Formats: sequence, C-alpha cells, structure tokens
Amino acid sequence: MAKLTLLLFLFTCFIFSSSFAFQSDELLVDDDEFGLEGGAKPHSTELYTSSSSSSPQQQQQTPTIRKRYSDPTDLDSKVQFTLQHAFGDSDFSPAGTFSARLKSWSHGGKTLTKLRFSRNDFSAEEKDAFKNLLKGDEFYRIRLPSNVISPPGKEFVIASVRARCLPRDGLDEHFIIHMEGANILAVSYGSPGACQYPRQFKLPAKWSFNSHTILKSSEQAPRTPIFTEEKIIGGENVEGEVEPPPERSFWAKYWMYLIPLGLVVMNAVTQVSNMAEEPTGGQAGGSQVQQSARRR
Amino acid sequence: MAMAIRVFLLLLIFLSSAIVSFSLYEDQVGLMDWHQRYIGKVKHAVFHTQKTGRKRVIVSTEENVVASLDLRLGEIFWRHVLGTKDAIDGVDIALGKYVITLSSEGTTLRAWNLPDGQMVWETSLHSAQHSKSLLSVPTNLKVDKDYPIIVFGGGYLHAVSAIDGEVLWKKDFTEEGFEIQRVLQPPGSSIIYVLGFLNSSEAVVYQIDSKSGEVVAQKSMVFPGGFSGEISSVSNDKVVVLDSTRSILVTIGFLDGDISFQKTQISDIVEDSGKAEILSPLLSNMLAVKVNKRTIFVRVGGEGKLEVVDSLSDEIAMSDSLPVADDQEAFASVHHEGSKIHLMVKLVNDLDTVLLRESIQMDQHRGRVHKVFINNYIRTDRTNGFRALIVMEDHSLLLLQQGAIVWSREEGLASVTDVTTVELPVAKDGVSVAKVEHTLLEWLKGHMLKLKGSLLLASPEEVVAIQELRLKSSGKNKLTRDHNGFRKLILALTRAGKLFALHTGDGRIVWSMLLNSPSKSEACERPNGINLYQWQVPHHHAMDKNPSVLVVGRCGSDSSAPGVLSFVDVYTGKELSSSDIGHSVVQVMPLPFTDSTEQRLHLIADTDGHVHLYPKTSEALSIFQREFQNVYWYTVGADDGIIRGHAMKSSCSGETADEYCFSTRELWTVVFPSESEKIISTLTRKPNEVVHTQAKVNTDQDLLYKYVSKNLLFVATVSPKGAGEIGSVTPEESSLVVYLIDTITGRILHRLSHQGCQGPVHAVFSENWVVYHYFNLRAHKYEVTVVEIYDQSRAENKNVWKLILGKHNLTAPITSYSRPEVLTKSQSYFFAQSVKTIAVTSTTKGITSKQLLIGTIGDQILALDKRFVDPRRTLNPSQAEKEEGIIPLTDSLPIIPQSYVTHSLKVEGLRGIVAAPTKLESTTHVFAYGVDLFYTRLAPSKTYDSLTDDFSYALLLITIVALVAAIYITWVLSEKKELSEKWR
Repeated sequence: MAKLTLLLFLFTCFIFSSSFAFQSDELLVDDDEFGLEGGAKPHSTELYTSSSSSSPQQQQQTPTIRKRYSDPTDLDSKVQFTLQHAFGDSDFSPAGTFSARLKSWSHGGKTLTKLRFSRNDFSAEEKDAFKNLLKGDEFYRIRLPSNVISPPGKEFVIASVRARCLPRDGLDEHFIIHMEGANILAVSYGSPGACQYPRQFKLPAKWSFNSHTILKSSEQAPRTPIFTEEKIIGGENVEGEVEPPPERSFWAKYWMYLIPLGLVVMNAVTQVSNMAEEPTGGQAGGSQVQQSARRR
Repeated sequence: MAMAIRVFLLLLIFLSSAIVSFSLYEDQVGLMDWHQRYIGKVKHAVFHTQKTGRKRVIVSTEENVVASLDLRLGEIFWRHVLGTKDAIDGVDIALGKYVITLSSEGTTLRAWNLPDGQMVWETSLHSAQHSKSLLSVPTNLKVDKDYPIIVFGGGYLHAVSAIDGEVLWKKDFTEEGFEIQRVLQPPGSSIIYVLGFLNSSEAVVYQIDSKSGEVVAQKSMVFPGGFSGEISSVSNDKVVVLDSTRSILVTIGFLDGDISFQKTQISDIVEDSGKAEILSPLLSNMLAVKVNKRTIFVRVGGEGKLEVVDSLSDEIAMSDSLPVADDQEAFASVHHEGSKIHLMVKLVNDLDTVLLRESIQMDQHRGRVHKVFINNYIRTDRTNGFRALIVMEDHSLLLLQQGAIVWSREEGLASVTDVTTVELPVAKDGVSVAKVEHTLLEWLKGHMLKLKGSLLLASPEEVVAIQELRLKSSGKNKLTRDHNGFRKLILALTRAGKLFALHTGDGRIVWSMLLNSPSKSEACERPNGINLYQWQVPHHHAMDKNPSVLVVGRCGSDSSAPGVLSFVDVYTGKELSSSDIGHSVVQVMPLPFTDSTEQRLHLIADTDGHVHLYPKTSEALSIFQREFQNVYWYTVGADDGIIRGHAMKSSCSGETADEYCFSTRELWTVVFPSESEKIISTLTRKPNEVVHTQAKVNTDQDLLYKYVSKNLLFVATVSPKGAGEIGSVTPEESSLVVYLIDTITGRILHRLSHQGCQGPVHAVFSENWVVYHYFNLRAHKYEVTVVEIYDQSRAENKNVWKLILGKHNLTAPITSYSRPEVLTKSQSYFFAQSVKTIAVTSTTKGITSKQLLIGTIGDQILALDKRFVDPRRTLNPSQAEKEEGIIPLTDSLPIIPQSYVTHSLKVEGLRGIVAAPTKLESTTHVFAYGVDLFYTRLAPSKTYDSLTDDFSYALLLITIVALVAAIYITWVLSEKKELSEKWR
C-alpha cells in the first residue's frame, strides 16, 4: 500500500509540477500557516490549495505578503470581485476586494489562481455596528458573488459567523472559498481557530483585519485498484507467499506442551520432596502405595 | 480508562464477529420473520367465470400489479408487479384464456396465461407521442375467428393478434391535435369505428376494416362549442359528450358512418344547473351525470333524446352495467348511511326493479366506497345472484356476497409512506394478557420434544410438531412489552391517510385508523398523510400514560396547501385531537427538547419562511425561548440548486399576533452552478441514533476521534445532463460530486467528485460515515463509496496523562463556529447489483457492529457487514490489522447468497427499509415495505448476549439433575467403600 501511495503521490506531483512550476517548497509554508486545513487530505487538494495564494492586502494592515511566481500565460485574465458584509440584519455593503488571475485550460475549464484580498477598514459607523453585534452575540454576515466572471451570477453566496468568534488581538478571519471553475459554490467563514463556547464579550485590541484565504476545488475520488494494479499486487502477493512467515517465538509455538510439562515437573518435585521427608526410604513401591492409600 | 475498556470490548466484539456470515437454517424460516403480500389499490377488475375452473377475479392496481385473486378466500393465485414506470392502462380477458394488459401509456401489451399467470407473449407497440391509451378486446369471440385486439396509444392504432401478439396492422393517427376517444367494435361486424376529436371541436369518425386496417370511410363534423373531453359511450353507435362549458350534453350518433349531433341543455332536464361532470360507469343506453353534488341518471332514447330517469342526492359509487338474463342489463350502486353501506343492484332499463338490496355493517375507518365491480352467478335455486367487489377509501378491497363481507384485503398497506416503531404497554397486574402461557406439564412436554429434536431422536411427526411449536412460540404475539424488546408495534402511514399498527410478532393489524379532517370542509374532506413523528414517549409515566404519535397531513397535493396535525394514541389507536393549523407544511423538525409531560417540541416551517412551534403551550414556548439562539435549520432547494441555512430571528411581526410563530433570517447559502450541478440526493443522520464509541483505535495503537455531529448533511449532485437514465450520457459529460455540509455554518467539510459517474444515488448516513451507491459510466459498473470523517481537533487527547489529569477538551462544549479540523478517508468498491434503497442496522447502545441493509433490484434485502466498506482496507493487511478485523482490499464487494435476510422471499416493489433497536443490544428490528411487507430480527454480530430461542432448558435441567444424582450416588458409594476398607 505504501508503495502504491508513493507511486500515486509521485504521479500526481509529476502531473501538477508540469503546470505549476515552483510549487513544492511553498506548500509547506502554506501548511504551517493554515494548520491542518487540507493537511491530511489526499495530495491533489493540497496542490490545488497551494495554487491559490492567500495574501491579505497590506496598505495599512499588518499581514504578510506572499507572492507566487508562475509564468503568466496569454490565456490568463484578471478578475475582481467584491466581498460584501452586513451587520446583523442590515443591508450588505462593500467590505473588500478579491483579485485573482483566471486561468483557462485547454480543455475548457477555468480555475482561479493568485488570489489576493484587500480588506477595507471598518469605518466609525461600522465599528459601532460591530460593537453592537458583539454585545448582542449577533451574526456578522458576508457574501460573495456566485460567479466571478459575471457577478453576482445566480445568487450571492452567503456565510455568517457569530461576531464574538472574530476578535482576538485584531479581528481574525478565515475564508475557504469553494470553487467550481469560475463559480463560487460556498464560502466557509469564521475564525481561524477555535471559537470558545460560551462566547465571551471581548472587544478587539486593534480594529484591523487579519485575513487568511484558501481556495479549494473539488478533489477526485480515490480509485479502487484497477485491474492493472491488481496484477502488480498479485505479483507481490506471490512474492509474499514465497517468503516464509515470520518465526514465532518458542513460547508461542510450544506453550501447550510446556505448561503440562511444567505441571508434571512441579508434581514430581513435590513428590520427591515428600519422599525425602519420609524416613523409611528403601521400602518396596507396592507397600508405599498401600500406605498412602490407607492414609487417605 | 472506561473508554479504553469499552474500546477493548468493542475490539473483542469485532474479533468475535470476524467469522460471522449471517444466514439461517431452513427450519428457522418464519420463526421471527413474516412476510405479507399485497397488490395495492384496485383500478380495474375483470371477473372470469370459467365453467370448469375456480372462480377468479383479475385485477390491476395503482401499484402496477396485475393479479388473479381467489373469489372465495381473497387469496392471490398469482400476481406480477410491473416496474414503477409501467403503469397499467387497461386489463381484459381475451380468448377466454389470456389476461391482456396494456401498460406504459399504451406501448406495452402483454398476455398472461389465466390459470397460472405465465407470460404468453409481449409486444411493444410503436409510440410517437404522449396520449391517452385505449384497450379494446373483442367480446363474444367465436373460437375459430381471430378478431384482433385493438390498442390505441402513442398516436397509433394497432391491431394485435390475441393468439401470438403479432401486430397485424397499424394506423397512424399522430396528426396534430387529433385525439382518439373511443374505439367501437360492433359484435359480428368486421368494421371498427374510431371516434376522435380534432382540436376538441371537430368529431371525426373513421371506419376501419378490422382485417386489413384500411380506412373504409371517414366522416367529420364541426361542433362549434367545443368538447370538454368527458365522454361516455352509451351504446354501440352513440356516445354522449360534455361541451366545453359543461352545460350541454351532446349526443353523437355515428350510425353507418353518418355523424349526428343532438344538443341538450342540462338546465332543460334538471332544475338546478351548474357545472356537470360525466361519471365513469358505463351503463347501456344510460349515463350518470353529476350536477351540483346530485347524481342524475339520464336515459338516452332511440333518437338521441335525453330524459332524466332518477336523481339521487347521496354520494354513491356505481359499477358498470352487466348483462343478466333476457337481454337485461344490471348495475350496482353503493351508498352510505351511518355506519352501514347499502348495496343495490338494479336493472338499467327499469330503475325501479331492484334485483338485490343488502345492507352491510362497515368499519368507519374504511371511509367511503370508491369503486364497485359486480359479477353475477347462478344461485342454487337458479336465480341470479350478485357479488360485488368494492374498493374503499383506505384502498382496502372487500368482497360482498349475500349481505356479508366474505373477505377483505388491507391493500392500503401496499402504499406505505412512513414508518415508525413504538413500544407496547408495560405488563401490569390485573391487565389480562392474552392467554398464552400454558400449564407446567405442557411446558415440560414441549421441552421434551425439543430435547428429542436436538438429540436427533424425534420421529418425522414430532419434528413437524416441534416446528409448529416454535412458530407459535408462546410469548411472541402478546400485546405487552417484553424484556428483550422483541415485541413492538410498527406504525405505518399509508398514502390513503390511514395509520396501521402492526405487531412485530406475527404482523397482524392491532388497530388501524383513517385520518379525519377536523374541519370537515369541502376543500379538505380527507387529508393525505405526509409524515409520522414520535410526539410523546413517556418514560417517567410509562405506567399511566400512553405514548402518542403526530401525523402531519396536508389538504391537497400542493405543498402550499394548509396542513393538518393529528395526534394519535398508540395503544388504543384513537385520535386524541386534530387541528387545522392554518399554514402550509414544508418541513417538520423535531427538536431535542421535551416539556414536562414529555411531549416533544416540533418546529414546522411554512412556505412563507416562518416557523411555527408545537405544542402551543406556554411551557413549550419558554423552553424554546431558552434555546432560541441555538436553533438553526436549513432548506434544500432541489429545483434552483441552492441550500440555505437559517436561524431564528424574532416573533412573527405584524401580520399575525401568534406568539408561536417565528421569523427567520438567512445565514448561509451554498449555490450550485446550474450549468454543472444538480442536486439529486440529500441525507442526514437519523436524529435518534446512538453512537457508543467516539473513538476508533488504529492498529498502531493510535486513536482516531469520530466526527460525530448531528448537523451534517450529505448532498450529491450530478451534472444536469447526467440526471437522466443511466447510459444516456457519455462518461465525459457526467460527473457526480458529493458534499458533507455542516448545517449550522454552511461549511463544506468534504467534497469529492467522481468523474464519469452518474446517479441515481442511494446513500446511508450513520455515525461518522456515509456509504453511497451510484453508477460508474467508465467501468460500466455500479460502485459503492464510503466516506468516513474524523475529528482532528481532539487528536491531541491521546495522552493518557492528560486524560488522568483532566487536561483534555473532551468535555468542553463543541461549537460549530470553531474551524473544524477534519480528516476524511474514503474508498470505492464495485458492487454488482443495482440498488433500490440502503439502510443500516441500529442497536440500543450502538456497540454491535453494523450491517448495511441493501435493497437490491431483485426486491431482496442483502445484509452486508460494514467492515467490507471500510476505507482502511488495504491490500495486504498486517497481522495487527487482521486481528482488528480488516479485510484485504478487493475491488468489488462480495454478495454472499446466505446473507440475504429475506432468504427466499421477495419484497415486491421495495421502497424502504427501516431498522429499529430492540432492548437487547445484539439485535435489531428490520422492517421493509413496498407492495409487500417484510419483517425480521437481525443480529449483526450474532446473539452474543442471549440464549437462542431453541435453547433446551430441559436438557440443562436434566443435566443438572443427573449431575446432582451422580454426585450423590458416588458419594454414597465411596462412603460404603471407605467403611468396608476400614472394616477390613
């Protein structure tokens, strides 16, 4: 199995490395930053995930910038779509802009790469609105268009979180955007880590967003071993059978003989010691038996 | 530590079940399973009065069953269940030996041998368009002449030979706007008259030679008013139609190819006018019209003159007319009066002559009479006798003869829509339990017999006696709760809106109840049941309170129709109360809260996006207010491809002053792009499922925590092109995507796409895994995929020291707003069979390993161990993995013939499987429904916690007695010997 997985891994790596040239070392950085997100997933997703860079904008905000270098092809085009937010049941208003490169594949599919996000700061009213949300443990809602080429597409994709989950030092947020070609299926929105329950009222120290973004597209189902593979496996199996089974320990093999033997020995030992106690040692066996029988 | 012990125990169970292959011995059949055969609501009935053969009736039903029933006992001689899309349009008998059925909108014609139901021939007819279909089998055939069967369907008129099903000729009537209404074959003539309407305003009559199919003559005539389409043929050359305003009856005569219209204003013949309706029964020279709820019999005179003969205000059901002696025709009518029904057979020509008048006491819970079919026979005194087959509102089928119900069949049970199980009452002192316990002597005798059987000493007669004894095993059919929880009531709601309580012991109907509309209004006389919910399950007051169920019904088929709630006492079968709730019912959500009387709180969502709380008590409201912030719900829009999550917002503002009504707000959406994905299946876990172990131990002594959340939704989508039949698309065009979505936050936890795969998807969701079945177009095979989801956020709790020192987060409340760290494992396997439904066994504590219950295309249920669909199966499992019970990986799942729980039986038209736990951890009730019902008890890991039914207590007793005696005897002997030794 290990071999198989390795093979699969190498294979996928090979496929993807041809399209994304400089991926493999940056993947680890991604993993570090985003903990376990997709970390234990089969390989294909990781690569997909890494293809999307998450780089919150840096005008006044703290977060890091990471850049991806990949040769832009002529097929690529830039797209922009806005993030809108709402406080409780208020109307949606712009809150930030995502910009990305739309990569068109030869087979007709489209994928987003190089996603960047610039978050607008809260205005004074928005801060007040957010404080109210925090007080009431209400929902902070965001939405994205469901199609990035022709927003808003079919309908907006909405996600929401209890406002009290966001504040840490600053306001930590975490987006996972599930893509299907140029369509956004859903967005998971929330704090990057755990959200304690019961939720405590806490104002953020800094009113700036610390955003993390991940793009995700669907992963392919793992295949049952196909017949060609099974042949290989069959070969392995034969090999394995030729190989002698691992030697079992002496005790494991012969315990059923050893235990009665031990009992017999013990019995004999006590008998001998009993005999030694008997003062009359040299008598005939027959009478001895009689004696013992009588004693009973 | 307790966890570790439990895990160890679980492991033990796994190991002990490693060699289980479920099967049963021949003599165990019927011990704990039962099987009931049904046919469904009867649509057509054809009596067959063969002189030599036994009396039978041929019926076709709404469940697409054609069956031959014994007229004396109501038993099924033979039956055939056609496919779900193969609806029967007509049934008749041809040549006196074949049953002819026309199905699938007039495209399939089949002949079945009358005595044994073997198929004689099958012909598929060419079809070009959707149209209504007609079957015309010539009557009074002379054996030497082969008159063809005339079939119209799909725009073509076919003549088919009754002998071998060969299509003799066909005629194209696919002309635009032309609709064939009647095909008439005057007896003895070789001309067929075909009457049709062109654009509902022009009557066209074709005369066709029945030998060659050539049109001999064609006449047409325009009717200015237009026809409504309701038609009744009154004789061989006349039909009566309603015009499009439904106020004029038009008699169309087409004698000798000439068309003549004769108009009669309905207001001219009856005083009170109104919209008229032609009733379906075919009476000779007469028709029945319904005007203003009155049934009016109109006689058609020789020149097309209409005159009213009789007018009845009761709602009555009528049969077609039937020739009796002396060129007379008779028909039957049934009407209700109180708890009785009155059956009358009258002559058509002379309505005052009543040949038969009977009144029969009828169970109120059968509702009204829907259909009547009559048949005559010669009595012993050589007069005409009549028997009537009636179909009631609850779909039951009854045979009336000589003023009594000869037999009845509960055909409503062929269309079960929802099932739940409830406990029986606790056995109390003073409550007389059915006398089943017998004397000690009999008990001992029985056990001696069993002993003989087990020692292989029994004679054949005794073996039979033993088998009988086991089948009638004493306590099985009592109406009280038993220690093992084997006796239960299965509540089944049928499409007709009737609730049945079936006993698990033998499947008998304990009680049945037809739902009533509380308002008795015109619009909603009989609500149709949608779903069944456990309303009140008393635990604290189990001795003095009866449990009750909630039946949610709806007035009309539209989803915006107002709903009806009905509360039914489970032990007595009486309706406690029912109410018109005044809003529609889209979704019913049982909440995990109960009030002080142990009534469960339910939320009902309506079409306006409001939710309503039930029961409407202040206590329920206060409980709900406490949890107001934590109540979420979701809706699946299968049409627009959007799943929406909602939270409670506030009380309904303004429009209603209803404090139990709440408005909601939208929290999240998942929008599937309409050009690439279409929702075909959604599924959640069963809310009452018990998960015993939260963790799974790996072979390398590692722990994996199951992601056990009740708020997971499984969604399967296919590309819109691939939503059709299997094989209608190429693998490149179709893909299947499955999702696991958290319904609180709308997060997609898992997403997996299967390229080149297609629905239909059948799935089962239990604990932390989903198993789903679909078709792989590339491999041309069905596949089963398993997805298991594990929680990584608790992964660090593996340290024993942390557990001991309490530094773990296992008891911390879990919130969906934390970012989930999940790990999914999945694996696909080929599965050789097509599947109708999948379920999973469930036990009280969830310790016993699970089996998948797969309803196969052959209408059987296959029990497949969950271990076969374990994603951790590897090609060469290590020794440790083998010990854990991991099976080496294969590319397909095995189908072991012995593991069919239905053994040799078939649950025809299988639609659903329900599993419910017994009190005994090892066993589970399994109930499958379709056209048939099937029940059995399963023990997925064998009954490790109880002795088997046929355990011989007598043998045990005898052994103990013998041992004691032996000890005593040897003791005495040794005493004696010792004494003699001492005396020596």
